[in-house]
Amino acid sequence: MANTKSKLRIRDLRKTYGPVVALEGANVDLHEGEFLTLLGPSGSGKTTMLMIIAGLTQPDSGDVWIDGKLATYAPTFKRDIGMVFQNYALFPHLSVYENIAFPLRMRKAPDDVIAKEVSRVLEIIRLPDVGDRLPRELSGGQQQRIALARCIVYRPSIILMDEPLGALDKKLRDQLQLEIKHLHTELGITVLYVTHDQEEALVMSDRICLMNEGRISQLGTPDELYFYPESVFAADFLGESNLLDARVVDVNNDVVHLKGPGDAVLRAGPRGEVREGDDIKVMVRPETIRLLGDGEEMANVIKAKIKDVILVGQVTKFYAEVSDGTPITVTRLTHVGSPAAEPGSEVRFGWAEESTVLLPKNGGRGGA
Amino acid sequence: MTAIADATPPEARVYRRRSAWVAAWPLFPLLLYLGFLFLYPVGQLLWLSILDDGGALSSVHYTKLFARTTYVKVLGITFRIAAWTTLFCLLAGYPVAYLLATINERKRNTLILWVLLPFWTSFLVRTFAWIVLLGRYGTINSWLMDLGIIDAPLKLIYNFAGVMIGMSHALMPLAVLTMLAVMRTIDPNLRNAASTLGARGGQSFWRIYFPLSLPGLAAGGLLVFITALGFFITPALLGGGREIMVAQVIIEQIEELLNWGFAGAVAVLLLATAIIVFYVYDRLLGMSTLAGGSAAEERARDGSNNIIGRLGSWLGRYLIAILGWICDLFSAIVEIVRPIRADRPRQGLSRGVLWIVAMAVIFYLAAPAFFVVPISFSENQFIEWPMKGFTLHWYEMFLGSDIWIGAMMRSFLVAFFSAALSMIIGVPAAFVLARQQLIFKTVALAFILAPLIIPRIIIAIAIFYLYARIGLVGTSFGLVLGHTVLAVPFVVVTVMAVLKNYDERLDQAAWTLGASKARTLWHITFPLIQPGLIAAYLFAFVTSFDELTIALFISGGTATTLPKQMWTDALLKVSPTVLAASTVVLFFVTCMILMAEYIRRRTGG
Repeated sequence: MANTKSKLRIRDLRKTYGPVVALEGANVDLHEGEFLTLLGPSGSGKTTMLMIIAGLTQPDSGDVWIDGKLATYAPTFKRDIGMVFQNYALFPHLSVYENIAFPLRMRKAPDDVIAKEVSRVLEIIRLPDVGDRLPRELSGGQQQRIALARCIVYRPSIILMDEPLGALDKKLRDQLQLEIKHLHTELGITVLYVTHDQEEALVMSDRICLMNEGRISQLGTPDELYFYPESVFAADFLGESNLLDARVVDVNNDVVHLKGPGDAVLRAGPRGEVREGDDIKVMVRPETIRLLGDGEEMANVIKAKIKDVILVGQVTKFYAEVSDGTPITVTRLTHVGSPAAEPGSEVRFGWAEESTVLLPKNGGRGGA
Repeated sequence: MTAIADATPPEARVYRRRSAWVAAWPLFPLLLYLGFLFLYPVGQLLWLSILDDGGALSSVHYTKLFARTTYVKVLGITFRIAAWTTLFCLLAGYPVAYLLATINERKRNTLILWVLLPFWTSFLVRTFAWIVLLGRYGTINSWLMDLGIIDAPLKLIYNFAGVMIGMSHALMPLAVLTMLAVMRTIDPNLRNAASTLGARGGQSFWRIYFPLSLPGLAAGGLLVFITALGFFITPALLGGGREIMVAQVIIEQIEELLNWGFAGAVAVLLLATAIIVFYVYDRLLGMSTLAGGSAAEERARDGSNNIIGRLGSWLGRYLIAILGWICDLFSAIVEIVRPIRADRPRQGLSRGVLWIVAMAVIFYLAAPAFFVVPISFSENQFIEWPMKGFTLHWYEMFLGSDIWIGAMMRSFLVAFFSAALSMIIGVPAAFVLARQQLIFKTVALAFILAPLIIPRIIIAIAIFYLYARIGLVGTSFGLVLGHTVLAVPFVVVTVMAVLKNYDERLDQAAWTLGASKARTLWHITFPLIQPGLIAAYLFAFVTSFDELTIALFISGGTATTLPKQMWTDALLKVSPTVLAASTVVLFFVTCMILMAEYIRRRTGG
């Protein structure tokens, strides 16, 4: 990625609303053809950042560069961006054709070019015959696609998407996620996507920018964020996780020994700066934990009492408790027949050394 | 089979599905009331217009109406005045509505209060205020002469300009509020979207915002035009004698000649005009836009089928495109003078201009009424600026006079009872209209709102004719009944608006917890909508307190109300006593509005 063109560069953005800091110290680079998602709970600053990039909000300080040009305070209409709004913001009084033609008309394109381009993008989104209709006469999913078509028709440097699938039901959302993803790969467009849905972020993104309380908490590929979260917040926000309190007993080059809940002995790969005696948290994903049979051993073993066994669908969840009261959740694929453990039974859980992820106690980079 | 069906045990209570008619019963008292005191009298009046003196069918009144050029001329003047008023109200009201629609809730509520203040301040008080401001010895002339700009006083009122100033002032709040209702339904994201797609401010305004606000502009224009057609107070007091409107002809026919049939014929003409205007409006934009619906929706359904609609939208599109490019050109020129810098924050120039224009209009709307206050304390014998000395003489005249005090007391009583009656029949009806699915709902609502739309003067003489036969002329009871016809639509609209924001699941929760419908209403619904109910009562109260048209006819000299007394007095000579009375009215009405606003804010309703 290092040699591709930078489409968006954000440096030290800061925005406050009265005493509330909405965004602070934001640095992001978006490369040509990349799909980057701003992910975070509401109020985390992701929408503020998007609005500043779109020029709909002015930052207090910091810089925005779009396609190599400084654009921090440039008016929206001069920024060469496209934006898909949450409610699509299709112009209700204009036909689908005129909606898509709008950006071309603003750029004073001749009528024959407009006609050609509009039918081109209508083909791309596989709705070639809806030009004469009003937006209202289309279904939610179709309106979504028209909003997308209106953005790609004039080939802007970047396309911003503000929770574009938020208003659709689950099935349609899943389908459109893949469609947008395909469109992104086929057309090579550069996308900055905003969502609070972690699954959506994992499905679609090349990279995810996780945000919390106005700051960037972690920026990386979906794999990095899922398997190597740098903070308790990241571990908790993406996917399900067991967060265990632990004390570092011994550090050597290959392995960190820890004392976990119920005096369990845990082993983890080395990560960051941990010293003997540190109180930290470790993360273990529920699906990496196994129920151990008699005499079976693994790098990490913990004893627990099963509280509840719940069939969720494709997985079965075991809710258990360690002797000191720490809850621990384990998931495994559902099989026909009785579950491996009954509520009330004492069991041993085990997992591999690389599944224990060390987390600095205070939340890691950007979270302080 | 039938044996089984018939064998329902007698002790089991069977809950049958209630028919829509039974469920809608709370609506009927109001419909009956308006049927007797509005529909029947107006129908009667129209019927009279096609009878001759002997009671036989005849077109004699209409022949007379069109035979005499005087009346045709009056019609022409009426249209001209109404059309100009509409134009001014829309031109000046649009920036205000636009500003109100695009600022935050808190600022909007404060500014709306100032827009509404003149709406609820007596027509008469406002008219007197213009006399104070614009008269020969008024504020403006006095200031201009002090500054040495003019040597002799300008003639600012008692001419066409005076009528225009007074009438646009009176009707602009109506235009602003109607436009605002439509503008608030426009998604603010649409303009953001337009700018991300490359549209400058001018383009996104003309191509996106303006077409979407057009229904509001049309609805506001319609309401202003129709209301203006029936005006007589402002032209009578601020006109120069040549600005005679149709309503004044009707008054003259009744008060001086008691010619019911002819007055009826003039009323028919007025009504017919109103209906034709409504019809053209409906063909162009569709009726639902009056209730804040979308014009595009209406047009999409039926605009392509009629020639007026097609021509209108075709012309509109080109005009809008041209306006958009002109604005672009203009801002491109501005950018040469004041280049866009990407490295420093920019101030929106157009936003500042909008604020200045809108605030100027709001000042024009809200400020004049207060100019009556100083003059009412002045020692001048006439309405003159600047005030001389300080005296309570005019208040002594006002408070020492049995006529004035009696009129004031009667106004309070009549307002109190007609507001109460409006609530009793209006609130249940509002509940039905807001919550139940009825086939005849649109018709019922249109009927209930009709007293607001039909020129008041027609309602007034219709009720006068009815009262003359049943002996209610000159009674306070008659005034209460008459004012209720005008006040009840405000109650219904206000309560419906409140119920629209009320979460009905709270009621459903109470029912599931075992509360009966009556107890739910009493313990849950009413406490929660209380601020809305109080506001509705105050609106009804002010409507009656301020009402002149009906009072003019049916108070009959013995049951004079305060506005009637002010009118009578003003026709003789505008003495500072009238201003003292105006100040008292202004004080009370302002107090009531502020009180309603205070209650609304405190309870967060």
